[in-house]
Amino acid sequence: MQIKPILAALRRHKAGTILIALQIALTLAIVCNALFIVHERVERVSRTTGMNESNVVAVQNLYVGSPASYLPLMKTDIQAIRSMPGVEDAYVTNAFPLRRGGWSTTAQKDPDATKDGVQSALYFGDEHALATLGVKLIAGRNFTASEITSFERDQRPAPPQVIVTKAFADKLFPGGNALGKAVYYIKGRPSTIIGIVEKLTVPWIDADFIDNVTIMPFLFNSSYQHFLVRTKPGQQDSVYRNIANTLYGVNRMRVFPEKSGIRTFEMVRSNAYEADRGMATLMSIVCAVLLAITAAGIVGLSSFWVGQRRKQIGVRRALGARKIDILSYFMTENFLIALAGVVVGVVLALGMNQWMLTQFEMQRLSVSYVFVGVVMLLGLGQAAVFAPALRASRVSPVEATRSV
Amino acid sequence: MFGYYVELALRSLRRSRALTALMIVAVALGIGASMTTLTVWHVLSGDPLPGRSGKVFMPRLDPRDKEGYDPTEELPTQVTWIDGMNLLHAHRAHRQALMVAGAAPVQSDDLGVDPFIVPARYTTTDFFPMFDVPFRYGQGWSVADDEARARVAVIGADLNDRLFYGENSVGRTLHVDGVDLRIVGVLRPWRAVPHFYDLNTGNYSVGEEVFVPLGTARTAKLKRNGGIECWGPGSADEDGMETATCVWLQFWVQLDDAASVASYRAFLDGYAREQVTLGRFERPARIDLPNVMQYLDEQRVVPGDVRLQVWLAFGFFVVCLVNTVGLMLAKFMRRAGEVGVRRALGASRRSVFAQLLTEAAMIGVAGGLAGLCVALAGLALVRLQPGATAQLAHLDFAMLGTTFVVSVVATLVAGLIPAWRTCRIAPALQLKS
Repeated sequence: MQIKPILAALRRHKAGTILIALQIALTLAIVCNALFIVHERVERVSRTTGMNESNVVAVQNLYVGSPASYLPLMKTDIQAIRSMPGVEDAYVTNAFPLRRGGWSTTAQKDPDATKDGVQSALYFGDEHALATLGVKLIAGRNFTASEITSFERDQRPAPPQVIVTKAFADKLFPGGNALGKAVYYIKGRPSTIIGIVEKLTVPWIDADFIDNVTIMPFLFNSSYQHFLVRTKPGQQDSVYRNIANTLYGVNRMRVFPEKSGIRTFEMVRSNAYEADRGMATLMSIVCAVLLAITAAGIVGLSSFWVGQRRKQIGVRRALGARKIDILSYFMTENFLIALAGVVVGVVLALGMNQWMLTQFEMQRLSVSYVFVGVVMLLGLGQAAVFAPALRASRVSPVEATRSV
Repeated sequence: MFGYYVELALRSLRRSRALTALMIVAVALGIGASMTTLTVWHVLSGDPLPGRSGKVFMPRLDPRDKEGYDPTEELPTQVTWIDGMNLLHAHRAHRQALMVAGAAPVQSDDLGVDPFIVPARYTTTDFFPMFDVPFRYGQGWSVADDEARARVAVIGADLNDRLFYGENSVGRTLHVDGVDLRIVGVLRPWRAVPHFYDLNTGNYSVGEEVFVPLGTARTAKLKRNGGIECWGPGSADEDGMETATCVWLQFWVQLDDAASVASYRAFLDGYAREQVTLGRFERPARIDLPNVMQYLDEQRVVPGDVRLQVWLAFGFFVVCLVNTVGLMLAKFMRRAGEVGVRRALGASRRSVFAQLLTEAAMIGVAGGLAGLCVALAGLALVRLQPGATAQLAHLDFAMLGTTFVVSVVATLVAGLIPAWRTCRIAPALQLKS
């Protein structure tokens, strides 16, 4: 393939050449970064919670009125839920994964330390919590019914026993022998780790301590409660439909918030990652439209060049060039322009990512995304130029003899 | 002459329909995407109190204990009950209001309706005039009601529609959490965007539907929520919140001129020093008095995703414009022969240039129109999204005008290089062939 004549010809179309190259460069820069954002969001959305998420219904409940204690109401409610047909297990809590609201605190290994603790989310629950969540206990034991105490607003969270996640245990005790050790959530008041679960995530989706969770054997005496319900397989829909009436049947003095009152866990998950899914969709659409516009631009400008050079093509054909030579001429020409474009584009993409690192919460662009982008745009250029190039190759040698 | 150019342009645009359509679509998509994201950003970063946000200030103190003291750390954005009450009763500002968020379970007189929760605000009487809250019926409660902890309430437009079918409900009774309150005022639809006076309940949380005097809410034990930050002994039970070492109330003041801002700052500084001397404040006296927009800037309320989308849309627009420049170049150069003839017949370079730019501007107008449709469709899509901010995305007249101006100017700029190159073609060369 002769590159030199192509370059010589391009020198006569500087403006068009530069415009196509520039467009390819900008498209590459934006598409690389946009696809990388899509990748980040998809990765976030597909994180697991450590729960067995199927067949779970979550209820948010607010008691109306100010009784002396909410505990009797809570106990009656949870009994009513557990005896519903189709329900396998249930418990009452303050928070659960993907709830996007809850408590966290810093835990220490030493009784008096106040600095450099390990952050942990706090989930309250009874001996039914582990089974309802469907988490795997990998060491130690579950709570017993006698260990469950009420937790009042003026108390501070320091129960004698706690169950923690492996990630949290490993961070506090890197040696891996956390079971039976004391942890201090409150200065000077030890809590013994009686069980370790494999994985359970915090309620928030943005926390940097996503796997650090402590389950405390508490019933929180408060008007605001969450019931987490595990249903028998296939019974989720009927429990989801009937649970409000069951609870209203127990006591009407309650409110389920309109949007987040009663949800299956699929709904909880989809609500939690709404924004991320929206962003990923938007970025994908932008990429697709951008690539389409760039392709259309290449088709438009190449067609113009072909039209402009019909006579020259005719001369070349008359002098013995084959169709394939003409075709490959235009394909090569486009490849050279696109190559220049992607070289500039890679620099732009990395620069753009560098700037976004400082402005937004983002990771460094991975090289594989740049590579995919480069291949994609070179391929796009070749595909876009193919039709005009084919038309050029069909120019009859007779054209050489005609004057326009 | 302009009419003639327009006619020429139309004829030329019609000759290569695919190319024309492609240019218009590219401009429209670029403009549409930019305007959609820009509108969302414009709404979310807007001024919640147009015309008076520069006069409303948030006094900030540091009542925390010594532990973990860091002089560079931000001051709390809330106050304790004691400080809030002291500053409120000092009456040093033109207006002042102390407030906290609540959740009000509302029961209808109609027993067929299940109780439902609406967001509430427990505050003091100046809240309404200070934030310019519009009333439909009645008015806010009086200072005496605040002091007497009267069982009164102001309700929002939505709640009035829901409970009283939009009628004047002043004087009627509202049942909140087992407590009966006499309605003294009904608001017109009102919502501060961003929800500046209490970001703890969400930067863009929807407007409250029930407003109750702060003292009344405390006596009646109405449910409180929102952010709370404690230190030392921390929070006692709900009944002990008044003495707890926690910040959980928002305090705002209105100061109408620079002199009152200065004197309030001095007063606040004096108050903080006095509390340090009394031993209530353990840290060195530090105060701050940002106004609404300064506070919102500091808190960076506009979501990162929205800013990212604006940048992305502009990048997209630039690519669309580069694309249009390329296509226009192709289109204009193809007419080299025609331009050569016009030049040979005596048309000046300038008039050829003007003619070509007219053509570019027409693409801009068409692109702007189509872009407007894209933006309207985009905003409709945004509104379909769930979430508190989605409902706010509407195109206002300023944005509408901007869409057009940007579209026409951008295509004119895009047409400059192609038009300039085309009008410099030597007529002789074109006529020869």
